Amino acid sequence: MKKYTYTDKKDTRSGFGAGLLEVGRKNENVVALCADLIGSLKMNDFIKEFPERFFQVGIAEANMMGIAAGLTIGGKIPYTGTFANFSTGRVYDQIRQSIAYSDKNVKICASHAGLTLGEDGATHQILEDIGLMKMLPGMTVINPCDYNQTKAATIAIAEHHGPVYLRFGRPVVPIFTDSDQKFEIGKAWMVNEGKDVSIFATGHLVWEAIQAGEQLAELGIDAEIINIHTIKPLDEEAVLKSVAKTGCVVTAEEHNRLGGLGDSIAQVLAKNNPTPQEYVAVNDSFGESGTPAQLMEKYGLNAANIVAAVQRVIKRK
Amino acid sequence: MSEDITKLENVASQVRRDIVRMVHACQSGHPGGSLGCTEFFVALYFSAMERKAGFDMDGIGEDIFFLSNGHISPVFYSTLARAGYFDVSELATFRKINSRLQGHPTTHEGLPGIRIASGSLGQGPSVAIGAARAKKLNNDDHLVYVLMGDGEQQEGQIWEAAMYAPANKIDNLIATIDYNGQQIDGSTEQVLSLGNLGAKWEAFGWDVMEMNGNIMSDVLAGLAEAKSRTGKGKPVMILMKTEMGNGVDFMMGSHKWHGVAPNDEQLAAALAQLEETLGDY
Repeated sequence: MKKYTYTDKKDTRSGFGAGLLEVGRKNENVVALCADLIGSLKMNDFIKEFPERFFQVGIAEANMMGIAAGLTIGGKIPYTGTFANFSTGRVYDQIRQSIAYSDKNVKICASHAGLTLGEDGATHQILEDIGLMKMLPGMTVINPCDYNQTKAATIAIAEHHGPVYLRFGRPVVPIFTDSDQKFEIGKAWMVNEGKDVSIFATGHLVWEAIQAGEQLAELGIDAEIINIHTIKPLDEEAVLKSVAKTGCVVTAEEHNRLGGLGDSIAQVLAKNNPTPQEYVAVNDSFGESGTPAQLMEKYGLNAANIVAAVQRVIKRK
Repeated sequence: MSEDITKLENVASQVRRDIVRMVHACQSGHPGGSLGCTEFFVALYFSAMERKAGFDMDGIGEDIFFLSNGHISPVFYSTLARAGYFDVSELATFRKINSRLQGHPTTHEGLPGIRIASGSLGQGPSVAIGAARAKKLNNDDHLVYVLMGDGEQQEGQIWEAAMYAPANKIDNLIATIDYNGQQIDGSTEQVLSLGNLGAKWEAFGWDVMEMNGNIMSDVLAGLAEAKSRTGKGKPVMILMKTEMGNGVDFMMGSHKWHGVAPNDEQLAAALAQLEETLGDY
């Protein structure tokens, strides 16, 4: 097992804030909008440097999505910022008609995704957003794993013409990817090569998968760990290549097991190479209040759950 | 001026013929609101708007228009074709398989003149605000127009946009409401009363004016007045009184022709009232 260490921990939303500032400096067409959550989205630095390119929309997310769509007409590249729940479920029809169907170059940037939003509870913990967004034709769906990857993704999506859903989170988590990485949309990242099982993980679950990989190594199981930061378009080639070697799969995500990364992988495998698969995901339920760690444990999303899933799936080979 | 008005009225007569022929040919679509807004569309595209030759999505250096109540696509398509965005023969494909003229307007098929999909109601004003913002960022002093229905005022997003635009001094925007008092299930009064619509928009901070939408000279004067009110710190709202089905006597003033196509006899009766001025497609 390749050794991953970290010297610093930060929230992925801060990676978004840093990336937004940098991409704002690189590209004068980048503009940003927020629905009364500037601090939560870490947009302050961008606003300070580019006040004329920032639009405070107030608590009116539907209007924000429409304004963003309109801003593209005139060549702007709008980044919208609010919580994942209010970035997707609340405004699904606005995204569907004014952005996705109209092929508008809007970057929907969504913080506080999943259970790790924590104490606010299930009203705010959306676990269905990946599914909602990936079902929209033409939508790119990205869920980076740490501060550096989120920053790199925030910068990279400006170069991609078309709607993007960029999902990140609230809690402080280890930084274990390179600060100078080049983020390639749709290209999976090989975290660790192995031969016994393929673990496909996204977002906060990538670090958990690395912890699981170390525990599995002690049990004599050589796990291949792949970071699927782009859920759509999915790197099918990387998935099939890995599975051809390992013959079994665990998927890990901070999302409902219905409609998320696991289902995207299962669809590729069902068509090309039917393979035993176990899901580490929320089991079709809402979340609740608690600390992020408590919630990840209670809903079965931590390293121990990945280890158990690997042990189950290997028996099914 | 009167010669100009005659010319525009001739275009309007042809657009009305196009509308009833289009919905008859596919036996679906929305003739009522389309007929009621004919003078508005013709005045906008043939007189009021500053337009560049050809079409590009960004619309920099020209006035641009968004249709929020996308179901009145027949009048939009006919006007665009008659204004030269695409060949009038394409009107024959309206609502048919493999057409660029979808039931509701879309950008997806690349039809020149369309900048946003609409049909699911309430979204146009927000998009128009964004486009007006972009014009200001680009130092483009042209205007953004948006048309909504009156039934559409029942959508919540309308009022998010209503609050935003004055607060942010979006004064390069002229919005219009097709105030015909009708929606699918009956009159707006019966379905969900709009109350004092003008007072509501005024209270939100818009510069509100009224206009008769079915008299060409009134529409031209109204649009000129609206333009003169731009650039003064407030978005402009035109309450445009129209009659659903205007121009075809048996379709006028009733919600019954909101989304119903005429049969062969009704088509003949309608066309008998509308002079063919520019040649049918």
